[in-house]
Amino acid sequence: MNLIRKQFDKMRPMFEKGGKLEKLYPLFEAQETFLFVSHHRTHEGSHIRDPMDTKRLMSIVILGLLPALLFGIYNVGYQFYAAQGAGVLADNGFMPRVWIGLRYVVPIIIVSYGVGGIWEVIFSVIRKHEINEGFLVTGMLLPLIVPPTIPLWQVAVGVSFGVVIGKEVFGGTGMNVFNPALVARAFLFFAYPAQISGDRVWSALPASGLADGYNGATPLLVAANNTTGPVVEAVRSFGAETMQVADYSLWNSFLGLIPGSIGETSTLAILLGAIILIAAGVASWRIMISCVVGAVVMAFICNLAAPSDAAFVALPPLYHLVLGGFAFGVVFMATDPVSGSATNIGKYIYGFLIGVLTVLIRTINPAYPEGVMLAILFMNAFAPLIDYFVIQQHMARRLKRAKA
Amino acid sequence: MAEYRLRRGYDIRLEGQPDEEIVQAATPERVAIKPNEFRGLKPRLLVREGDAVRIGTPLVHHKNNEALTISAPASGRVSAINRGKRRVLESIVIEPDGKNEALSFPSYELSQLAGLDRQTVLKQICDAGILALFTQRPFGTLPNPEVTPRDIFVSGFSSAPLAPNTRVMVGEHANAFKAGILAATCLTSGKVHLGLHGKGRDLSAFFVDHEKVRNHSFIGPHPAGNVGVQIHHIDAIRGRNDKVWTANVQDMILLGYLFLEGRVNPNRIVAVAGSGATSRKYYKTQLGAPLASLLEGKVIDAPVRYITGDVLSGRKQPADGFVGYHDLMVTVIPEATEPEFIGWMLPGMNKESFHRAYVGHLIPGKRFRADTRLGGGHRAMVATGYYEEVLPMDVYPQFLVKSILAEDFDEMEGLGIYELLEEDIALCEYICPSKTEMQSILRQGIAMIEKEG
Repeated sequence: MNLIRKQFDKMRPMFEKGGKLEKLYPLFEAQETFLFVSHHRTHEGSHIRDPMDTKRLMSIVILGLLPALLFGIYNVGYQFYAAQGAGVLADNGFMPRVWIGLRYVVPIIIVSYGVGGIWEVIFSVIRKHEINEGFLVTGMLLPLIVPPTIPLWQVAVGVSFGVVIGKEVFGGTGMNVFNPALVARAFLFFAYPAQISGDRVWSALPASGLADGYNGATPLLVAANNTTGPVVEAVRSFGAETMQVADYSLWNSFLGLIPGSIGETSTLAILLGAIILIAAGVASWRIMISCVVGAVVMAFICNLAAPSDAAFVALPPLYHLVLGGFAFGVVFMATDPVSGSATNIGKYIYGFLIGVLTVLIRTINPAYPEGVMLAILFMNAFAPLIDYFVIQQHMARRLKRAKA
Repeated sequence: MAEYRLRRGYDIRLEGQPDEEIVQAATPERVAIKPNEFRGLKPRLLVREGDAVRIGTPLVHHKNNEALTISAPASGRVSAINRGKRRVLESIVIEPDGKNEALSFPSYELSQLAGLDRQTVLKQICDAGILALFTQRPFGTLPNPEVTPRDIFVSGFSSAPLAPNTRVMVGEHANAFKAGILAATCLTSGKVHLGLHGKGRDLSAFFVDHEKVRNHSFIGPHPAGNVGVQIHHIDAIRGRNDKVWTANVQDMILLGYLFLEGRVNPNRIVAVAGSGATSRKYYKTQLGAPLASLLEGKVIDAPVRYITGDVLSGRKQPADGFVGYHDLMVTVIPEATEPEFIGWMLPGMNKESFHRAYVGHLIPGKRFRADTRLGGGHRAMVATGYYEEVLPMDVYPQFLVKSILAEDFDEMEGLGIYELLEEDIALCEYICPSKTEMQSILRQGIAMIEKEG
């Protein structure tokens, strides 16, 4: 440990003002504070400070993402073999599935961190500020919300767009209006729809040997396309009918053994993450709860207004919670404190509307079967307005009290 | 007695509480008045080096109002007048001659005090040069003697980290404390509100039976003892012209003795706390005492920081510094020296934190040794929702700070800047993951709005 410390102290002059590599100071600083807690001391105001910093904050979020990531890796392999029929799936147990998962997921993560990290360093060098830890989260979020089959160059383009246009043009972490990872995904979604929508991209598939009648549609797509019979039945039985072994029952969807973006499928794993985030106090339970309430209320209203039980709008509320990216978006995206509402009352409104909009976009909008991404981005745009009204109301109340 | 239960706030669990034992401090060789600790004071010097002074002799007066003076806390000779950058008057140092000669004023019985008229009381306080014992809000300045404060608020306890038990401090001075409260009733057109610690303490020493005195009990974590928080709940400051005066327990004792004894009694008790001090007790000493008289040879063998006041909003002092006018305590904590290997990654069993993200938060009853580590780098304000949890007032600290940075005067006013001083949001600064200098930003905001609002 002392050895490392000495190395840093030896190298420091090179990076400080007047040194040869002075311009790369942020890089040096980031490495140093990664290993050693920032050497800064308090100088005015509070003489002692809570050890909590943004590094800790972000690393807890990463910890919360781990269950979804690990399950996602497993599920990529599971879907890979399941698409080849029950026999192949049974022949390839835990390790082969994980191996396939790693082969698909790890490169995506490497590209996301690598390319995004380069942008971070470039901007911190130009702006002469320390490297922000926010990217640790963004770089992990993006791989978890794209399909496993996404071309790596699209990951690179997407993360570049997310970091530069989604964040740095606003002034960097803490200044952005939209969640950078969602900006990246929205960009990919609209720029390269072929690789991020439809029924073929959600599972990594072998070149040949697919089971007869295989169809990789996600449950939401099934629900959107359903025309005959009750929509619930169509979703529930779909997986089994198309030889994917596991059907899309509520339970399987909750566990996550269904096709979808890498990290979004398992509501259970995401719930574990939510527990970590809430227990550590780094994400707002207010937002999470109100999102769920909003979705349930809206789904219930949709059910009442459904023209027939075959329509997407007839999908019961519980399905909306466990299908698609809802759980992931609610727990990890909507709770982003920078792009969300900052007041407690605002958080309730913001979350509720995300829930409502998600269900609305899913069921009413004919173009996209999934709505959580757009709902969150939309509410990101409105979060400052919600806060504005909360604050105006607060100031009016104060003024009224002052005059009393 | 009205009772206020405050839920929001946080008690920082630090090692180094003072023992509740009163001991005599070393006789100070020098004492000092520090004019720059009084906000709003434009000091004009009335003494020169070498002048002989008595207790109560004015040392400086306010350029805009000569009735407002600050007097010598000891009899002896002015030994030094220290000026800092741009000739700011930093301290006036007196070498006491040990005779304790004092200017004398009329003295009264406790029972006579409530019947005095405002002019008599105010004149005696101004003549004795101790009006500075009050702080005027909004803005936290020296009181203007021409202002009749709407109310006077006295916080009967301190909830700050390691703060001393004020009941022990009042102890034998209970009569003077009561006299101070009664004298204060003469100064205001409204009431004297006394905020008391609501739980488990015998408070009879504080009770004053008078129609203009109101007792309030506050139960809750820090900053429940802050007078700003108490004002907010009792009768909030409504605007820039709604002026109130505040004081603490020691200030009231100082005021009381002026009327009971007819002289300024500079004796006071200062608690020494913090894990950097080895003899943590309540010391009998006097106003303006040097830190050395309390701490010489009684600090740990490592770099330490001397703070007059508490760790959250006290002032950093050199080892040869002096205790401030309103300070109940002196805190000594170790300076951060060694960098900490991957500290942000570890569970943090030994770290005091408001945040549950450190395991230390969850260990019940544990106290922690804190140093002057910043514990992270400065970042944009990222996190939300934490600040409100440690400020038991109807205020949005994060939005207020942003309105100050944006220099938006209407918003600063609307968001309640008149109700706050630095100490009130010090906890917000402590817990901030982005290491925002919230107290300093608030001070800038207060200065701006005082000047231009």
